Amino acid sequence: MADPAAPTLLIACGALAREVLALIERNGWGDRLRLTCLPAELHNYPRKIPDAVRARIHRARADGFERIFLLYGDCGTGGLLDAVLAEEGVERIEGPHCYSFFSGNEAFAANADEDVTSFFLTDFLARHFDKLIWEGLKLHKHEELLPLYFGNYERIVYIAQEHSEELQRRAEEIAARLNLAYEFRPVGYGDLESTLAGTAAQ
Amino acid sequence: MSDTPPEDIDLNSLNDEELVQQMHDDLYDGLKEEIEEAVHILLKRGWMPYRVLTEALVEGMRIVGIDFRDGILFVPEVLLAANAMKGGMVILRPLLAETGAPRLGKMVIGTVKGDIHDIGKNLVGMMMEGAGFDVIDIGINNPVEDYLAALEEHEPDILGMSALLTTTMPYMKVVIETMKEKGIRENYIVLVGGAPLNEEFAEAIGADAYCRDAAVAVETAKELIARKHNQMASA
Repeated sequence: MADPAAPTLLIACGALAREVLALIERNGWGDRLRLTCLPAELHNYPRKIPDAVRARIHRARADGFERIFLLYGDCGTGGLLDAVLAEEGVERIEGPHCYSFFSGNEAFAANADEDVTSFFLTDFLARHFDKLIWEGLKLHKHEELLPLYFGNYERIVYIAQEHSEELQRRAEEIAARLNLAYEFRPVGYGDLESTLAGTAAQ
Repeated sequence: MSDTPPEDIDLNSLNDEELVQQMHDDLYDGLKEEIEEAVHILLKRGWMPYRVLTEALVEGMRIVGIDFRDGILFVPEVLLAANAMKGGMVILRPLLAETGAPRLGKMVIGTVKGDIHDIGKNLVGMMMEGAGFDVIDIGINNPVEDYLAALEEHEPDILGMSALLTTTMPYMKVVIETMKEKGIRENYIVLVGGAPLNEEFAEAIGADAYCRDAAVAVETAKELIARKHNQMASA
């Protein structure tokens, strides 16, 4: 039986670190929730996510954490991440990916048809686009690959967590660089905040 | 793939064996112009287009595929290699038609409804074409009606479906179930692929096989076509 006073360890994608810490601080959940992250670069290699998560769960248990909650969507693992979580007895935030739970899973699903050709930026992606996407896909050396990666997209949708004119300017610049239309959606933290509230209250 | 600039080699000075080896290296490094030049050289030396395709281009991409599978190369490098191969294919494609290269079968391939990702699909299409299949690519975001229309129009041996998103891969089952309802499922070999898929998923939705990459797709297609022909011969 887990100690009811013991905090829950959140294991999160590194792309959520800043946002999760902001929510913990804003809501005073510091006594209830702890955070550890896996590298955001796993976004580009989803096949590596399930094993990386399993290893971090084992390490957390070795460190004495009895309550663990995962902040990852399925993130392109095709159900393999959920299989690992079922084996380990750990739950995760609902949703296929962070674009969905930041937007609110229901709202995201309702917009699915309209958003087929949308490429989403979160605050993290707007901030780290050059490193994670532009360089990660080798576009800094081979811009000729641009149409192969982005040729089917029609617009950049910046789903913003915080209000930041600097990030809005960056997102617009990214859209212009990719020659895509631009849309700004200030969605906030969506289901992430309500999920963390539930976890902190346990 | 090396980040250092390649040595400037006079491709004309290489004998056939050296040139083909150099083409494998150039494909690996994604050097499109060098591949195009080498294809022209081999053709001038009297090589049949089909031999250039299989021994130089397809074999070179096979090596790229192995290193992709083993985690040595990643998507950007494979795309550059594919782009280089495409340059060679543009030269060879009309010549292959003229010289009656062997054809193994026909495939309709497309990305499912709700999904616009086509990098994997395009690689499969190119490698299938290189292996001797006629490939009809129906593009992205295909509802079941588009698949059925393409099957009726082109009468392929194989239907290939691709998805990158966990949220869109279940649509493959919609297509297969509709094919069953119409009584045409058994007329086709159905291959599925895409990053979040696996063999269990392919089996669960009633596909004939899951293909984890383009090289596996080619080998699986060849094997299942041969099996189908054997079954027809013994029927």
